[in-house]
Amino acid sequence: MQIYFELFPLIGAVLLIMGLRNLSHPKTAVKGNSQAAIGIAIGILVAIFYPLETTDNNYLFIVIGIITGSVIGYIAAKKVAMTAMPEMVSLFNGLGGLSAAFISLVWLFNHHTIGDFKNMAIVLLNLFLGFVAFLGSMVAYGKLSGKLKDRYTKIPFATILNLIILFIAIVAIIYFGVQGKLTLNELILFSVISLIYGYTFVAPIGGADMPVVISLLNSLTGITAAISGIMTDNKLMLLGGILVGSSGIILTLLMCNAMNRYLWSVIFGSFSSSAKAKEQAIEGNVKTITPADLAIQLAYSQKVAFIPGYGMAVAQAQKVVKEMEDLLEEKGVEVKYCIHPVAGRMPGHMNVLLAEADVSYDKLLDLDESNEYLKQVDVAIVIGANDVVNPAAKEDPNSKIYGMPILDVTKSKQVVVLKRSMNPGYAGIQNPLFFKDNTKMLFGDAKESLLEILTELKEADL
Amino acid sequence: MNEIIQFLSDNMTMIYLVVFTIFLGFEIISKVPTVLHTPLMSGSNAISGVVLIGAILLIRTTPKDHTITMIIATLGIVLGTINVVGGFAVTARMLEMFNRKKRK
Repeated sequence: MQIYFELFPLIGAVLLIMGLRNLSHPKTAVKGNSQAAIGIAIGILVAIFYPLETTDNNYLFIVIGIITGSVIGYIAAKKVAMTAMPEMVSLFNGLGGLSAAFISLVWLFNHHTIGDFKNMAIVLLNLFLGFVAFLGSMVAYGKLSGKLKDRYTKIPFATILNLIILFIAIVAIIYFGVQGKLTLNELILFSVISLIYGYTFVAPIGGADMPVVISLLNSLTGITAAISGIMTDNKLMLLGGILVGSSGIILTLLMCNAMNRYLWSVIFGSFSSSAKAKEQAIEGNVKTITPADLAIQLAYSQKVAFIPGYGMAVAQAQKVVKEMEDLLEEKGVEVKYCIHPVAGRMPGHMNVLLAEADVSYDKLLDLDESNEYLKQVDVAIVIGANDVVNPAAKEDPNSKIYGMPILDVTKSKQVVVLKRSMNPGYAGIQNPLFFKDNTKMLFGDAKESLLEILTELKEADL
Repeated sequence: MNEIIQFLSDNMTMIYLVVFTIFLGFEIISKVPTVLHTPLMSGSNAISGVVLIGAILLIRTTPKDHTITMIIATLGIVLGTINVVGGFAVTARMLEMFNRKKRK
């Protein structure tokens, strides 16, 4: 009998590996998601029925816990708007981290008198990482959903402070590991230190870098899952956790690459610290355009580019954008979408939204294709994007985003920016694009502006 | 120092498994299109919900009269389940959108 309980998790582990592999290819991604889910389900069933030396299995609590969690998780996943997806991932990740921290607490309460170096040190490490992943993800969630503004989360000397807290935590883990036990007060103190680090680690990092941070915290939760696997001697947890941990690190580096940033400079917050030199002052006039004029211009264009950003997500304008694409194509205008790798709040965010609106896959251009296409474009419409089209990244060495690859919309004949106001973008940087000679602004909610243009296009019947 | 060497020699199989899995994780993800970054992150986040297994294994050996421990353990299960179920459901929803368009 025992052998089945060893073999089933092996099948689960293979499913996890295949699932993750399939998830990274567009054609097999759906299958991969199901495979991984089945792999985890097998692991859970085995964990429930695995023969353990215990008097009472507490099955009632397990069933209640799983049903409650399933209902909450399922409803949250179904109800969340596509635009809020990144926050949701962050929230789920934080809960996973807290779960790992709770596992450590339960382990400590169950074994509070015994313990040797190996176990105690591992459990405390898990507790630390779990709490950091939890509060870090919550802060990231707050920043992404706009509930937590960067200017309220600045911490003086954040880097030094973080290194000190990290040092204290490591010393504490080694100390209590050697001791093999700790008192309740010491445990509470250690938990508080862990939570403080979770906050001070993420809080000073600018909101624009949150995608990278979430990916990093996701990787961290994977590592806690792996350590929890060591604690409970479960190989499926160990394997699944490490897979997430290592693939998460690669994904984090890929994202940094897309933003032309180094991971260490994200973590040590050079983005959020005040720039050393003053940014170049921007001078010039801002010109506006009316929806009617823009409609006429679009109708007479040959090639049009849409550059979507977070503003499109907020205004839920993707369906209107698609409608406009159809109408323009009817009139013989070529329409393409220029997608910056980090447009929106997470890589691929725009692709998901546009896919939701049934925009065809081959109309989405990546960064290099876009910059090639933009040279031939008559009208480039920037829909709620800001930092990813900011020419300061190319022109102003003092700018905080200097060096980040951008969509060079100024190469097109005419740029129209749909924007709510002149406020700077998410990174808090002024955008000289708005003052360029071939740029015109159309202020207002992206969706409403687009609807007005759409009406004009229909009525004009050009 | 002796303890560390002892620890290493006791857990050699485990260490092999860890090292190989790290490389496996690197290899699987190294070529992934930008379109899939968000679903992939969401999917791997759901996988990290395997902590649920640990929560289940631990609550089974927890004495029922330890009220606080039982509460924390049950909460651990609830949170882990939210991570797993919510994570996979959100990923499925994202991927559904890519699929619906393909069938056209």
